[in-house]
Amino acid sequence: MIREPRPLKLALRWLVIGYLILLVLWPVSLVVTNTFADGLTNLKTAFTSPAVLSALRLTAKVTIWAVVLNLVFGVGVSLLLVRYDFWGKRVLSTLVDLPLSVSPVVVGLALMLVYRRDSAIGGALYDLGYQIIFATPGIIAATVFVALPLVIREVVPVLIEVGDDQEQAARSLGGSGWQVFWRVTLPSIRWAVVYGVVLALARSLGEFGAVKVVSGNISLRTQTATLAVEETYANFQQGTAYAVAFLLTVAAVACITAVSLLRPREDAS
Amino acid sequence: MTGTALAPAPVIRDEVIVEPAPTAIRSVRAQPRYHRRLTAASGLGLGVAVLWLSLLVLIPLAAVVGTAVAGGPGAFWAALTAPQTLNAIGLTVAVAAGIALLNAVMGTIIAWVLVRDRFWGRGVLNVVIDIPFAMPTIVAGLVLLSLYGPRSPIGVNIANTRMSVALAIAFVTLPFVVRTVMPVLEELELDVEEAASSLGASSWVTFRRIVLPSLAPAITSGVALSFARGISEYGSLVLLTGNMPNRTEVVSVRVLSHIENGELGSAAAIATGMLVIALAVLATLDLVQRKAARHDS
Repeated sequence: MIREPRPLKLALRWLVIGYLILLVLWPVSLVVTNTFADGLTNLKTAFTSPAVLSALRLTAKVTIWAVVLNLVFGVGVSLLLVRYDFWGKRVLSTLVDLPLSVSPVVVGLALMLVYRRDSAIGGALYDLGYQIIFATPGIIAATVFVALPLVIREVVPVLIEVGDDQEQAARSLGGSGWQVFWRVTLPSIRWAVVYGVVLALARSLGEFGAVKVVSGNISLRTQTATLAVEETYANFQQGTAYAVAFLLTVAAVACITAVSLLRPREDAS
Repeated sequence: MTGTALAPAPVIRDEVIVEPAPTAIRSVRAQPRYHRRLTAASGLGLGVAVLWLSLLVLIPLAAVVGTAVAGGPGAFWAALTAPQTLNAIGLTVAVAAGIALLNAVMGTIIAWVLVRDRFWGRGVLNVVIDIPFAMPTIVAGLVLLSLYGPRSPIGVNIANTRMSVALAIAFVTLPFVVRTVMPVLEELELDVEEAASSLGASSWVTFRRIVLPSLAPAITSGVALSFARGISEYGSLVLLTGNMPNRTEVVSVRVLSHIENGELGSAAAIATGMLVIALAVLATLDLVQRKAARHDS
């Protein structure tokens, strides 16, 4: 180890600590203090409000759908990208990354343009009895879109690293494609899948901009938890806004803590 | 797997791919390739995946571009150059670029302290870095407003100012540079630095000549991601900045108000501009990674 001058080392350490406290730790801690400023009153008010309860239920439903869809689709696309050669592979892998750098508002606009009632596809679906925009399917689509790369980005590097020796061995011993996947491939990528799912879960719970555009933000019908935070805060029900924000913060922090606790253990094994 | 241990963030995958990919891909290629061609089952899977991606991503994004150009180049240009929109673009680009540069410096320092320094509470800081990733953006805006808004316990009120735009973007982009630089810093060989310092190089010279060049691709990737995120940010700004036209209004807010007014053509025109920037950032990342990968092998 080279010896940095000690004062410099200490100065950098305190600069980092100070920066992170002022930018993240202190503000985030205020959501806790503000929620419990009047004891449990804020939480009680929030959780007896039909609008808040309906928003939380919708967020739970949308999150489960989005995580399951991204899990199935993410593992499938990762396998295709790593294990197979096909024309257009690079386009596909760029397309999969795109949601990371597209604005949520643009995501919402894009879905709305195609699936609203007076567009060709949206109109056809509406005639078949499926309303997408200003309804739950649209909210799910927007959430799946923004969380799309998370599972894939976790699984692809691990699939590359484990290689396909074991899969080939299993196949040469007569294993069917399905057996090889369940008994060989999936166990070797299971932790990457778990991280991807947890990250997708956090992202899905917290999506705001894209959902705001496609949901119409109708209280008791298409309002999700994050939209409820905005509306209650704007309506001067700040206690309720903090209570819902507190719940979302706890879920988010639990997700990242779970990932950071699980990860080193896997490396040790 | 080294380097991923402390990297729960998705973005980091860029660097992880940079490190092991070249050799890993080669070893796969060296093996018999009989099952790498598509079989009936995987062909079907590919079909389903492409259909799914088309319905969810490709067709909708194409519709944005289509709607933008449907009104002709005149309408497209008029939407982009309306004074209020130009002001929003100027503010967004300036703040996103400024904060990306701040992140280049602060992110590298944070990564360095988290990797090389040992002190109590380092593990906690390591988790704190990821909070902005996981936290809902609307909640991020709410918590920043409670410390730096009208009811600030420390008497600092920057709500509804341009400063608040910068604050929110600094919050949401905090992890990018840190998480791209950390794995590279962890893998850096210490003996080169020791050799430099034993030959009499000061710690600043060692950093600038030895450490910084190895970190440069990672910092560039982090800055590009941070810029892209800054340009596209919406949720954390809603409560904090007041969305005042020509003063604190950013591009995403402009797009949303066009949508709410039913001016989908104008919304799509600005959105197309944002998509072009997003694609340019992805292309930059791809380029940086290829260059770094070639450098490694």
